[in-house]
Amino acid sequence: MSTKTELTITCPAPIPAGDKILLGHGSGGKLSAQLVERVFLPAFGNPTLDQLNDQATFAIDGVRLAMTTDSFVVKPLFFPGGDIGSLAVHGTVNDLAMGGAQPLFLSVAFILEEGLPMESLQKIADSMHRAADAAGVQIVTGDTKVVEQGKGDGLFINTSGIGVVPNGLMLGSEKAKPGDKIILSGSIGDHGIAILAQREGLEFETTIESDTAPLHKLVDAMLGTGAAIRCMRDPTRGGLSSSLNEIATRSQVGMMIEEEQIVVREEVRGACEMLGLDPLYVANEGKMISIVEAAAADRVVAAMRENVYGREARVIGTVTEKHPGTVVMRTAFGTTRIVDMLAGDQLPRIC
Amino acid sequence: MKYIDEFRNPKIAHKLVDEITRKVSREWTMMEICGGQTHTLVRYGFEEMLPKQINLVHGPGCPVCVTPLEVVDKAIEIASMPDVIFVSYGDMLRVPGSQKDLFHVKADGGDVRVVYTPMEAVKLAKANPEKKVVFFGIGFETTAPPHAMAVLAAKREGLKNFYLLASHVLVPPAIRTLLDAPNNCVQAFIAPGHVCTVVGFDQYESLAKKYKVPIVVAGFEPLDLLEAIHMLVMQLEEGRCEVQNQYARSVTRYGNLPAQRAVEEVFEVCDRKWRGIGEIPLSGMRIREEFAAFDAERVFGLEDRTVEESKECIAAQVLMGLKKPLDCPAFGTRCKPEMPLGAPMVSPEGACSAYYQYKRHLAPSALPVDTHVGTD
Amino acid sequence: MCLAIPGKVVSVDEGVGRIAKVEFGGITRTASLDLVPEAGVGDYVLVHVGFAISKIDEEEAHKTLEALQTLANLQDELEPEESDAAVKRS
Repeated sequence: MSTKTELTITCPAPIPAGDKILLGHGSGGKLSAQLVERVFLPAFGNPTLDQLNDQATFAIDGVRLAMTTDSFVVKPLFFPGGDIGSLAVHGTVNDLAMGGAQPLFLSVAFILEEGLPMESLQKIADSMHRAADAAGVQIVTGDTKVVEQGKGDGLFINTSGIGVVPNGLMLGSEKAKPGDKIILSGSIGDHGIAILAQREGLEFETTIESDTAPLHKLVDAMLGTGAAIRCMRDPTRGGLSSSLNEIATRSQVGMMIEEEQIVVREEVRGACEMLGLDPLYVANEGKMISIVEAAAADRVVAAMRENVYGREARVIGTVTEKHPGTVVMRTAFGTTRIVDMLAGDQLPRIC
Repeated sequence: MKYIDEFRNPKIAHKLVDEITRKVSREWTMMEICGGQTHTLVRYGFEEMLPKQINLVHGPGCPVCVTPLEVVDKAIEIASMPDVIFVSYGDMLRVPGSQKDLFHVKADGGDVRVVYTPMEAVKLAKANPEKKVVFFGIGFETTAPPHAMAVLAAKREGLKNFYLLASHVLVPPAIRTLLDAPNNCVQAFIAPGHVCTVVGFDQYESLAKKYKVPIVVAGFEPLDLLEAIHMLVMQLEEGRCEVQNQYARSVTRYGNLPAQRAVEEVFEVCDRKWRGIGEIPLSGMRIREEFAAFDAERVFGLEDRTVEESKECIAAQVLMGLKKPLDCPAFGTRCKPEMPLGAPMVSPEGACSAYYQYKRHLAPSALPVDTHVGTD
Repeated sequence: MCLAIPGKVVSVDEGVGRIAKVEFGGITRTASLDLVPEAGVGDYVLVHVGFAISKIDEEEAHKTLEALQTLANLQDELEPEESDAAVKRS
């Protein structure tokens, strides 16, 4: 190019992410949402599924039930603060609890890889047993399949769960209203960073542990206040930003969150600075967001702080009429920026 | 965190902005070269804080964005080979080649791995003697020394299966190209602090003198950048055009000599194409002849191919600072991070992506109705 | 363009090359000190893709902060009624 001519306009053509499954389709970001919209809803759509909550709620003979299913493919199987077994139990219990349900029964299906040490399986089963006991749920049915070596990462777990929803309780991600407060139960990014620290190629040492925990007791305490709670979410894959964006989109409301109110542990911040990641997109496994009527927000926060998993609960923002479907954050500088949903997984940057 | 938190103090930031506002008497256009700095500016919402007379344009300083299309295609070809472990920094995986990106290679069964440091690739080569381990070494002057060190380590350890696919670019030639363009509108530059940490800033002094532009070498925290903008405003208002070093805690005049020596040993300067801009003479670095055994391009016999880039978006003007992402008719509609039309939308470091992620609520005109936002 | 962050050298392993443990806000990772031979335990170094590329000059950092503080104070004199809603991060 001669530097003496007007600069020309050039650009590469796009690559549609629609022809094949990419890792990003499992990230909890926009690609995951596209998969649901383009493949699953057209195939399975029905009024219950169409709600797209973390659990389905329906009534059988006047009893309202919640049902959920979840698969776990975390690597490594054992990590600081937990393992794939306790994670599976907590994850399923939490998905039920976010619908306001009392979790009761779980199923567990194992996909085991040929060559997995029996000792590992034993440890994971014991861990699940302990987690289920602590959460007051029973594992009542299960299944096992074995795949050839190289076709699975040691083991995958699928858990489904059923719980009972109190009559009259109607939670849903479409119920947020302008003026409502957004409450977050504690620090963000702990689980994702604990896992990332173990990842090959990114090796770093941290004392940070996964926050994996069952949250149904915390939910009980919140419901016990009698406050009008519109919806609850546990921000797992895709982090805080994905959950907030989902609610904003489903309810067609905007959100304004305050950077200063979001707790990020020093170690998580250090890892994010180093790798060029944003903690808002890092996974959590023992945290929850709730959208609550403004008048009752302080009461709900106070009740949450009584519970071990809600000690750092606080209001982090407000639901707005403006910019429906978009989450905006007020920075520490008093300026605003969008908190978007990522397309796929967050990647470490060098830039 | 020490040396980070002190430079993020909101109170001092607002004072600096007041001071800049007091000093500005007319419109000035300044450019930050570096994508990392773009990220800071956009993330902290500088545009909302700074007076309207300060027009910040974002330069071509994202190595991910400017990596030439044919290099991405070569990476994809190598990564698709069955006996190769292809090792890359995370942000290169989504950069579209002419047919696909590295994520698609992975989906097709290619062994593509993300690392934080090139030394991990050296480790992988040692641990997998039956595989060819290829490291995708892209970057500016900052990243060249670590890549040189990885090649030197591989040589020292006698590794026969470690290769570097190198695509390095240099900042000063790009600045020259910008300033030589007849449609140049940039009146002052924020120079990249980490590039200058390695190479120093003496070569920027000839630029400042020849083109009569003020240049300030700046760090990456919000206060660093605000102070740099303040320094540039002072220079512009007083009619000076000097090189000032705002980032003295890391940058010295002559830079990091051991790092320069490592680069000198392994690389030599060459002409280099920049994606979206075109060829810039003597703006890149390639692996020297004596390290040919470690050069992926030579070893895999990938002759220079050129790939035609389509004329769909305004990446060139964005990378050259002539236009802002929000000026693009495709911004936020036909061009989004999940379906990028151009490189600046691919990397989180790219100007378009940064705008899309943090700022599209300020651009009602560029948005589809369903996400329309008024400014708060 | 080039993500690099400052961390504190907590230990140095002198072998083939100098490998240090560097601490960044409660996490540590190894980084090569081969490009900054003058850095040792207790120093802050700027780390980019696993390599320290400079030793942070404490005195210069201090000077920069002082200059910023002076500017801020100057503003205070200009606008005594200045109201600042910004809060210090917890």
